[in-house]
Amino acid sequence: MTFATELPTWTALLIAALVLLGAGLAFTGSLGLLRFNRFYERVHAPTLATTLGAGCVLIASMIFFSVLQTRPVVHEILIAIFLTLTTPVTLMLLVRAALFRDRVENKPCNEVETCAVPAAKNRPRSGRLAPSQAEPMKPLTHHPDHGDKRDHR
Amino acid sequence: MSRGLPFPLLSAGLLAMWLLLNQTVAIGHILLGTVLALGIPWSMRAARPSKTQLRRPGAIIRLFLVALVDITRSNVAVAWIILRPGQRRGTSGFVDIPLELRNPYGLAMLACIITSTPGTLWVGFDSNTGVVTVHILDLIDERTWFDIIKGRYERLLLEIFE
Amino acid sequence: MTANVLLGSLTLAQILMTLAMACATFRMLHGPRAQDRVLGLDTLYVNAILLLLIFGIRSDSTVYFEAALVIAVLGFVATAALAKFLMRGEVIE
Repeated sequence: MTFATELPTWTALLIAALVLLGAGLAFTGSLGLLRFNRFYERVHAPTLATTLGAGCVLIASMIFFSVLQTRPVVHEILIAIFLTLTTPVTLMLLVRAALFRDRVENKPCNEVETCAVPAAKNRPRSGRLAPSQAEPMKPLTHHPDHGDKRDHR
Repeated sequence: MSRGLPFPLLSAGLLAMWLLLNQTVAIGHILLGTVLALGIPWSMRAARPSKTQLRRPGAIIRLFLVALVDITRSNVAVAWIILRPGQRRGTSGFVDIPLELRNPYGLAMLACIITSTPGTLWVGFDSNTGVVTVHILDLIDERTWFDIIKGRYERLLLEIFE
Repeated sequence: MTANVLLGSLTLAQILMTLAMACATFRMLHGPRAQDRVLGLDTLYVNAILLLLIFGIRSDSTVYFEAALVIAVLGFVATAALAKFLMRGEVIE
């Protein structure tokens, strides 16, 4: 551990703070996976790690290597760009898959487009079947998704 | 937009990525990166991506800053929701918001911003009605989210893309 | 003094990331539904990227960056494929 003595004080403290903040946010996000009860709430948790958590750690890494090697080291930006572009895609795919699965289990229907989104309105409370009529979409309506705590697989 | 350089932004991005990956600005790598930056868009032209016009660089920068501030703020908000002691009550839900934005790149950008922001999630977009469904973790007032997405993001994206 | 502060916070950050990976692994193994498992795996990937970057700072080596980049690429492909599988594979069987 020779590097720590070569760093100026302010850099060392800044890196320490950024790394701790990033790791703390990522941990909070993963804790959210345990604390939330429903899948659609859990999906929100990992974005803490992929946005600000990853950002803090990547900036810390950039500052660290730039100061130690006395040249700009910015290739961490690639990971930042990649995470920013891919995380929304994976989460959206996952949510659409979850909606599709919920819909298929609750009421059989063959067309994805017409049923995928309104299916959220007909989510049953813990296994009881919901009425299956699809309401027309109204702008600005609020559909509370009731718990899926007990359904398995 | 000549035949040799159909996608200048994509080419520049690929060249920058190549140089970042190799961590160098040596002339050989610049040449090799240029070959890739020209060759990859050329080989991908069979996919026929639709072209779009980016306007107003000022609006792009403003959108970036607004999104950055919003993401930071909702990080803190969602972290507080998770760490707050006690059983949390269910306030999450889906909201339907009608949009005027139709440009596919604009919609993709809006989807990325909304999903990247902790606490909001893009669920689906109905291209017939133009209604987007968003899942919101802490849904207390729908009108607030309506104003944020319509007033803050869609207005800027309309300025940029249409 | 400052060196100790930096080392201490790096250690603490590594512990936090390990705990985060433990949470994600629990969600991956426990479910209850398949989409929860995929979400846990995705979170595990992201946490692994951050842990590798912190390792890189600690050991003053950029080799870990390459590993983190590979995990990022593979994690995206894996999650996308699994989400597609949830839509197409298991439902229709």
